[in-house]
Amino acid sequence: MIEQYVPSASTFSPDIDHIIWLVLVITGFWFLLAEGVFFWLIFRFRARPGVKGEFITGEKPHEKRWVTLPHYLTLIFDLWILVVAIKVWTAVKITTPPAEETVRIIAQQWAWTFVHAGPDNKLDTADDVTIVDELHVQKDRVYHFELTSRDVLHSFSVPVFRLKQDAIPGRVIKGWFKPTLTGQFDVQCTEICGIGHGVMPARIFIESPEDHARWLKGPANVATAVPPSAPAAPATPGGTK
Amino acid sequence: MSSTAHGHAASVGNGHDAPAGHHHNPGFIEKYLWSTDHKMIGFQYLFTGMAMALIGGFTVYAFRMQIAFPGMSIPGYGRVTAGDYNALVTTHGTVMIFWVAMPVLIAALGNYLIPLMIGCDDMVFPRLNRLSYQIFLVSALVLISSFFVEGGAFGGAWTSYPPLSSKSQYNLTGVGSTLWVVAVALEFVAFLLGGINFVTTVMNSRAPGMKLWDVPIVVWMIVLASILFMASVGPLVAGAVMLIFDQNFHTGFFDPVKGGDPVLWQHLFWFFGHPEVYVVLLPAMGIVAEVITVFSRKRLFAQRTVIMTAIAVGIISFFVWAHHQFVAGIDPRMANVFSVTTLIISIPVAEMVFVYIGTLYGGSIRLTTPMLWALAFIAEFLLGGVTGIFLGASGADIYFHDTYFVLAHFHYTFFPIAFIAVFAAITHWFPKMFGRTLNETFGKVHFWGTVIPFNCIFIPLFVLGVRGDHRRIYDYRHFPDSMQAGMQDLRVFATLSLVVLLAFQVVFLVNFFYSMFKGPKAPANPWHANTLEWAAPSPPPHGNFPEGLPTVYRGPYEYSHPDRKEDYWPQHIAPEGA
Ligand code: HEM
Ligand SMILES: [Cu+2]
Ligand SMILES: [Cu+2]
Repeated sequence: MIEQYVPSASTFSPDIDHIIWLVLVITGFWFLLAEGVFFWLIFRFRARPGVKGEFITGEKPHEKRWVTLPHYLTLIFDLWILVVAIKVWTAVKITTPPAEETVRIIAQQWAWTFVHAGPDNKLDTADDVTIVDELHVQKDRVYHFELTSRDVLHSFSVPVFRLKQDAIPGRVIKGWFKPTLTGQFDVQCTEICGIGHGVMPARIFIESPEDHARWLKGPANVATAVPPSAPAAPATPGGTK
Repeated sequence: MSSTAHGHAASVGNGHDAPAGHHHNPGFIEKYLWSTDHKMIGFQYLFTGMAMALIGGFTVYAFRMQIAFPGMSIPGYGRVTAGDYNALVTTHGTVMIFWVAMPVLIAALGNYLIPLMIGCDDMVFPRLNRLSYQIFLVSALVLISSFFVEGGAFGGAWTSYPPLSSKSQYNLTGVGSTLWVVAVALEFVAFLLGGINFVTTVMNSRAPGMKLWDVPIVVWMIVLASILFMASVGPLVAGAVMLIFDQNFHTGFFDPVKGGDPVLWQHLFWFFGHPEVYVVLLPAMGIVAEVITVFSRKRLFAQRTVIMTAIAVGIISFFVWAHHQFVAGIDPRMANVFSVTTLIISIPVAEMVFVYIGTLYGGSIRLTTPMLWALAFIAEFLLGGVTGIFLGASGADIYFHDTYFVLAHFHYTFFPIAFIAVFAAITHWFPKMFGRTLNETFGKVHFWGTVIPFNCIFIPLFVLGVRGDHRRIYDYRHFPDSMQAGMQDLRVFATLSLVVLLAFQVVFLVNFFYSMFKGPKAPANPWHANTLEWAAPSPPPHGNFPEGLPTVYRGPYEYSHPDRKEDYWPQHIAPEGA
């Protein structure tokens, strides 16, 4: 459902789409049923001349089961949703596959700084590639990120990865992702961070290993050479860049 | 001090500031501004809430127009800058929750209805009550004044997360952000005073014969909400004081550089903020219970279950707060715990809705204006409820957090609470409040003119949320992925629907003010309802029950009782032969 609109570009994004789809089916079914019963009752028991309402307390066991039965059904479906939700959550946020590369992400009012490990694949060395508002990653490679902020709260969000994590000054928050699609997509800041919150866009470039190697050799030029993928063609890239 | 605690009829209208017995004519100030009469204080809250709703509505108009037509000079406002946008969103959210939903649902209806519905002549602490309103009024003025200070109004969102809210170098609204916190803290003090009054009054001043189960649901709900409020707000008041210190005296409660922790505020805020959702939900549920029983001529289905579920909701609501913080940098294992508690709270809430739907069974349903509003509440709130499951399920919330999906979800709960249920209440109790009748045709035009555009606003916002739009963004043209085909059209459609919705509120205002003075006179009990307020004249005089305080013989919802010819059986009518 979501992937029709927002491409699914990380290893865990299908799992997140799946839990969303599951909740949609379960709640959608009960929602429609409840609304159906509700409108039917309004129609069926509309006031008619000479017909008095019934006196039903709803406290007798055979009446009350109309409440207790849905009660237990809610419980059962809640449990089902919970089990899947927690499984997905654990896979995304608690367990972490070993890193093949690590990026440092620094948020500040109002820009993102991405520190790429560079050819030696180690951070804090001379060949680190530090750029503002552009994150370059390779497809099919496990990335760890170290997220921090220089001032206020921000939130690192990559919708195509279904990934979101707040950045907190004074702390380094770790997480991971593994891209599965090439293309370029929006990176958002999803925590209000002052008057520039609306102009804190960045782009993520997911490249094949060859393109990525080419970019590493001459970062400035290659950004534009990567063809934008599928529907993500920039429609109206507003004036900032 | 009210004398109703002693019970019987002789004590009508005693013991207020005004000397009892002989009626002197109070001046304008004494009558409308300095009154201790619970009904007048209820009106003060109601009218202040309505005035604040105009601010809440105007701000949303201005910032939505900016979203739909970025950069345009908005008629009635002008150009909305990025800073303006944040201040408008912040003010909209803060005002709608703290200065519209809270005062109208709890303070206005609580003050107006509680003494009438439990059959006494006033609140137990009438002067405390007056003080509560006065502090509330000051808090509103403080908030409004923040628009006119250097730097302008605070724009760090209604959640006011530090360090953005705590340092003027970050928020650029040094004075405005302090005024915001001060206003909110004052408002809390006002409601603490009011809450003490409600709880004490219901404990001590019920009419003779009125047992706890005979207390109407709306009174139960307002009292439970007050208790919930009082129990949850303490930590946030402490947080507010810390925030004021961080802002003005450069302490470091929330500053990591000085050993503080910004996330601490989030815990304090949401420890209050989530129960707060139920603080406004419960009275709305109470209103709906009153209205649907009257207009379906039915006893409330499983009445005790409703009260039990409300208590359960209240208790569980203290254990769900961190579902607002799944991705906020808390220990990720904690998210699982809060995911469980959050889905648990869906059970009693769903149960309440089932009970209401069950009540319709076997009824004789009249689609009057108040009934339409009450039914619309159930229909719309259901969608708000089920969409909450997506957000409580931690795995799904990673995607939806801070998107328009969340926004549409909570507006599907808040709008029914703060407007749909409130319109049910106003149209239901208007004849009692003002002794006159609202126009039904205007009422229905207003109903459809509100409910249809409401859905036209927020369904598109759900879709935008699914498509990845994040919140509090003043111009999506900076985000190529948010400018794909159709997305801006949805934003425009939602905004135009809002304009239509706002325009239809004129119908309400005209109907309300015209009928208040010129509407046909209303009898004491126009809806043939059972609860005690309908035993008083319309409008009730000072002291409420001029023929003596009522005695209660039965529960509030004995409609269509087989032992009785009429299809209602007021609580105060003595059984035959007694
Ligand atoms: C006419 C009805 C309403 C409309 C069209 C509306 C629309 C909106 C929109 C579009 C936003 C988000 C702006 C953004 O994130 O950029 C918003 C925020 C908000 N609204 Fe409403 N709203 C309405 C009524 C209400 C009511 C009745 C309440 C509460 C009782 C409410 C509470 C809030 C809150 C708490 C926020 C969050 C503010 C923030 O992000 O700091 N709104 N509203
Ligand atoms: Cu940011
Ligand atoms: Cu931001």
